Amino acid sequence: MKVLVGVKRVVDYNVRIRVKPDGSGVLTDGVKMSMNPFDEIAVEEAIRLRERGHATELVAVSIGPLAVQEQLRTALAMGMDRAIHVESATALQPLEAAQVFCALAQQEQADIVLLGKQAIDDDSGQTGQMTAALWGRPQATYASVIEINGSTARVTREVDAGLEVIEVDLPAVFTSDLRLNEPRYVKLPEMMKAKKKPMDVKPAAELLGSNVPRLELGTVRPPPARGAGIKVKTVEELVTELQGRGLI
Amino acid sequence: MAKVLLIAEHDGTKLNAGTAKVLACCADLGAEGVDVLVSGADGAGLDGVCAQAAALAGVSRVLRNADARNAAPLAAILAPQIADLAAGYGYVLGPSTTFGKDLLPRVAALLGAPALSDIMKVLGPRSFERPIYAGNAILTVSVPDGAPVVGTVRVASYKAVGEQAPAPVEAVSSSAELPGHTRFVELRAGSRDRPDLQSANKVVSGGRGVGSSENFRLIFELADKLGAAAGASRAAVDAGFVPNDMQVGQTGKVVAPELYIAVGISGAIQHLAGIKDAGTIVAVNKDADAPIFEVADIGLVADLFEAVPALVKALP
Repeated sequence: MKVLVGVKRVVDYNVRIRVKPDGSGVLTDGVKMSMNPFDEIAVEEAIRLRERGHATELVAVSIGPLAVQEQLRTALAMGMDRAIHVESATALQPLEAAQVFCALAQQEQADIVLLGKQAIDDDSGQTGQMTAALWGRPQATYASVIEINGSTARVTREVDAGLEVIEVDLPAVFTSDLRLNEPRYVKLPEMMKAKKKPMDVKPAAELLGSNVPRLELGTVRPPPARGAGIKVKTVEELVTELQGRGLI
Repeated sequence: MAKVLLIAEHDGTKLNAGTAKVLACCADLGAEGVDVLVSGADGAGLDGVCAQAAALAGVSRVLRNADARNAAPLAAILAPQIADLAAGYGYVLGPSTTFGKDLLPRVAALLGAPALSDIMKVLGPRSFERPIYAGNAILTVSVPDGAPVVGTVRVASYKAVGEQAPAPVEAVSSSAELPGHTRFVELRAGSRDRPDLQSANKVVSGGRGVGSSENFRLIFELADKLGAAAGASRAAVDAGFVPNDMQVGQTGKVVAPELYIAVGISGAIQHLAGIKDAGTIVAVNKDADAPIFEVADIGLVADLFEAVPALVKALP
């Protein structure tokens, strides 16, 4: 069983992002970049699927410039077998990324495409669902438990009302939620070994299907700043303040 | 001017509150009309949901899409029907709940259209604002001419519309072929003890300062006294004090309650990203220099082990 995992290079979650003064985007020069945290959970889950005896080949995929190979190496060090770098100078939008994943899923005859539930940069949360739609296959988003039974999978999903359990026929697309697992730490020797694992490079243009409409991205602005707060000295003052604001 | 197809969310008997908030966004669009699509299994429950939708201000028609296969809200089953019924509409919108976020991107891909997530403001008929980087930046996005506007509306950004004299309810059906590859098994409802983190009006969260799993009972006591949801910082989750479904932050749950009380939380960037839309932020921390005080509306520099029990006692 082959598992494809999407790995996006994003600004590290510990970085306080800053909007460029001209509103053209967010500052990324000299900023620490990392694997999208939800993708890290997806990579971990793929490795566990193999440890549980289901998966036989694990392929990490990233879309972007040369720099994304850094995150692919991390995925390889965690335990993925090989990587595909889909080369693109411009950032792809979710529908285009979905075309790429759909094309790769078909070429590779993947049984499972595992993606993070969303990337923490654009917060779109669309690529998994769109990949499943284009591929004509099931989707199980916000997965917190994935159980494989032969050619089907039973997935527990984190929905607003609680936990929803669905059963899907494979192949299928899953997107990882926070509770799915806790990613392992990568040790230095594994990082060294990962340098020898295969990395294919394919131009995005080869995998993109029909031209799809693109959203026009305009300016970026910071959110309105919060007004200055006050300090209270005692619990009683705090209660009075909360009552005064009608909050309790 | 174009019409909106609004995808209603419901649990079989009750319309989700998100629908009334999406209608507030539709009012800002100045659309020609709003048809609300209610899909479900035939029966009195579906009638009730349709009636609830028909009574919401701004609804032109309710489209009742009854099919036994619509009993559970599965995106793989609903999306082809919606894509089929969306012909002639300029907008296909739903709430930014897990239901809407699961479904609308699939619909968009079937329509060959890009999707918008978390619309927070309407700037024009095809131009919107949406949050990126967990709300630390706001992006202006426009949908090109020729493509339908498909997306989810951020429910925390809109107030529910009021009521109106009931709009007509009409039966619709789709001839789309529905897949059999996705099957509903069960819904295990969440714990009813406390409100859900993402829809709660009040949230009390504990951080690393709480010190242990046992000490988290202080957080739970305060939450219960206030009728609040209980959350935690990533540091508290990483330390193993509480399970990670309680995590509030950029990689956990983004919350927007009226009142957020941060107890023993220093205020790491990823936590602040998850709470910045709260109405009022209260911070209790013994370190007066903790970054949480930079965003708190009300700060109390105190030892949480004294302040929290005193607060539980002092609350009405």
